Amino acid sequence: MDISRTLNLIARHRVGAVIACLLVFPLVMPYEALAINILIFGLYAVGFNLLFGYTGMLSFGHAAFLGVGSYLCGIAIVSGGWPWWAAIAAGVAASAAVGVVIGYLAIRTRGIYFSMVTLALGQIVYYAFYKAERWTGGENGLRGIRVETIQLLGWQLNFVDPLTKYYVILAFVAAALWLVSRILNSPFGAVIEAIRENEKRTAACGYDVARAKLLVFVLSAAICGLAGALRALHLSIVPIDSLHYLQSGQAVMMCLLGGMGSFFGPFIGAAVFLYLEDVATSFTSHWMAVVGLIFMVFVLFFPRGIWGSLMHGLKRHGLGKEAAS
Amino acid sequence: MADITPSLLALQLMTGIALGAVYALLALGLSLIFGMLTVVNFAHGAFFMVGAFLGVYFLGLTGSFWFSLLLTPLAVGAVGLVAERFLVRPLYGRGIDYPLLLTFGLSYVMIEAMRVAFGIEGVATSTPAELRGAVNLGFGFFPLYRLFLIGATAVVVLGLWLFIEKTRFGLIIRAGSRDPEIVRVLGIDISKVWLLVFGLGTAIAGLSGVLAAPTRAVNPEMGISVLAESFVVTVVGGMGSLPGAVVAGLLVGIVFSMTSLFAPDLAELSIFVLMALVLLIKPQGFFGKAGLMS
Repeated sequence: MDISRTLNLIARHRVGAVIACLLVFPLVMPYEALAINILIFGLYAVGFNLLFGYTGMLSFGHAAFLGVGSYLCGIAIVSGGWPWWAAIAAGVAASAAVGVVIGYLAIRTRGIYFSMVTLALGQIVYYAFYKAERWTGGENGLRGIRVETIQLLGWQLNFVDPLTKYYVILAFVAAALWLVSRILNSPFGAVIEAIRENEKRTAACGYDVARAKLLVFVLSAAICGLAGALRALHLSIVPIDSLHYLQSGQAVMMCLLGGMGSFFGPFIGAAVFLYLEDVATSFTSHWMAVVGLIFMVFVLFFPRGIWGSLMHGLKRHGLGKEAAS
Repeated sequence: MADITPSLLALQLMTGIALGAVYALLALGLSLIFGMLTVVNFAHGAFFMVGAFLGVYFLGLTGSFWFSLLLTPLAVGAVGLVAERFLVRPLYGRGIDYPLLLTFGLSYVMIEAMRVAFGIEGVATSTPAELRGAVNLGFGFFPLYRLFLIGATAVVVLGLWLFIEKTRFGLIIRAGSRDPEIVRVLGIDISKVWLLVFGLGTAIAGLSGVLAAPTRAVNPEMGISVLAESFVVTVVGGMGSLPGAVVAGLLVGIVFSMTSLFAPDLAELSIFVLMALVLLIKPQGFFGKAGLMS
């Protein structure tokens, strides 16, 4: 069985497989800016998937981490005059710090309450940044994040050139994907999946469930923060909407569309979502209705998402047993 | 800050209660649906928004505010019935997150539907002629319409309480929210009850939309922030608790209105901070059952 062998090979080298696809990706996309967007939102969805897909905690507040990552990276460059790499670090660190606070409060609740509470706590961050106009530019967003050249491993790279920009961002995404894959393969990765399957039993087995939940929440926040910091460098502005809970909803939609709890799902979801958005908005102004309807169809009929349904279908025919994970 | 007088404080308190009345109604609908179906309706803000639009539309059509006050909840409730029957019902028993995700998608469609029907700018509203003007409350003049808002909410809360506590159908609702299995064994078609409760909850959301319309801008996005605010109320009051929804609704309204008097920049923030404090001290909310949240 050829398909079967290929799928198992992909599953075993999942990070390599994603990176190989992403390396040629800009060549098949209509324009580079869309490819960069998919790269960044794919990472955002991967960070979100770590919490939602693997640990079973549905957060509606992840825009806070994307937005804080963007804003702090942007503020470090605009007001602090920091170099780009330090600004990215600042964005990730700030997101992780906000993740500690929101996570500490939110994991006191479970299930749907967790979704409601993360949504509301995320809105605190939105309003706080909205009102701190001196630093964030308020309603107009943060402007003027200029990074024109980047020094990476001794090379002087032109960050204005979209293709170069794509590959610089891909380097960070690849590192983050390797980290996520490493986390999932570790004993800790097994613990968070155990929490998703049966929290009480995991606690009874002697694992500190609350600590594991907080840790995975903060890791997920940091990855989304990295996506946010990269987005600030890409757009050179930070729109205030990137903190709004509708932005959190986008992570949920991408994740479910692609297939939650799978390694490839978030990227497929982000790619399909953003590509459809790009196509649909060129001939209809009612994109919101289109995305709402597609999402409802997936929730009702394909809850496994594109990748999950595909793998499920193949598995029913006795193919690709390993690949579904 | 020097000109804050007791009468100004009292007026601001009344404004807060009027705002809180709308929050209380929203949270009542949300809690009613949750207590019975364990479904968090993420389209609740969208039902509120549709209620505001239909309220303005029916007012223009019939020329009477009272007709629109009657027709709108019926129409919004009908939308709710259709949504439960064809969209939410297939998801029962498939994991608690799915109805939540579905209603989130539904809210997108409802927002876009109102944009198509009424335009992206929203519609102009005005206070109904018979409720214009202000009343002297002894410590100052207070808008008559806001007084009406408080009274109307009190009537709805009282009516709902009588319905749930004193009627046969209310008994079924109370039993069904404790143990749907037993209710089914007793020969009651629980899915019909769920359908009606979802319709009732969304109808109340629609009613709060009509009532709130004259006091705020009516546009397709108005429900988006309202959803987050009604979540705050539900978490503070305790999920699934009807008295909790009323008390927390009023409290949140008062906190918002008082903060906007002393520190207007922090008004939106204040109610979310209130929720964070409640989570720290009493995670299940004021009236929530201990352990339900965790």
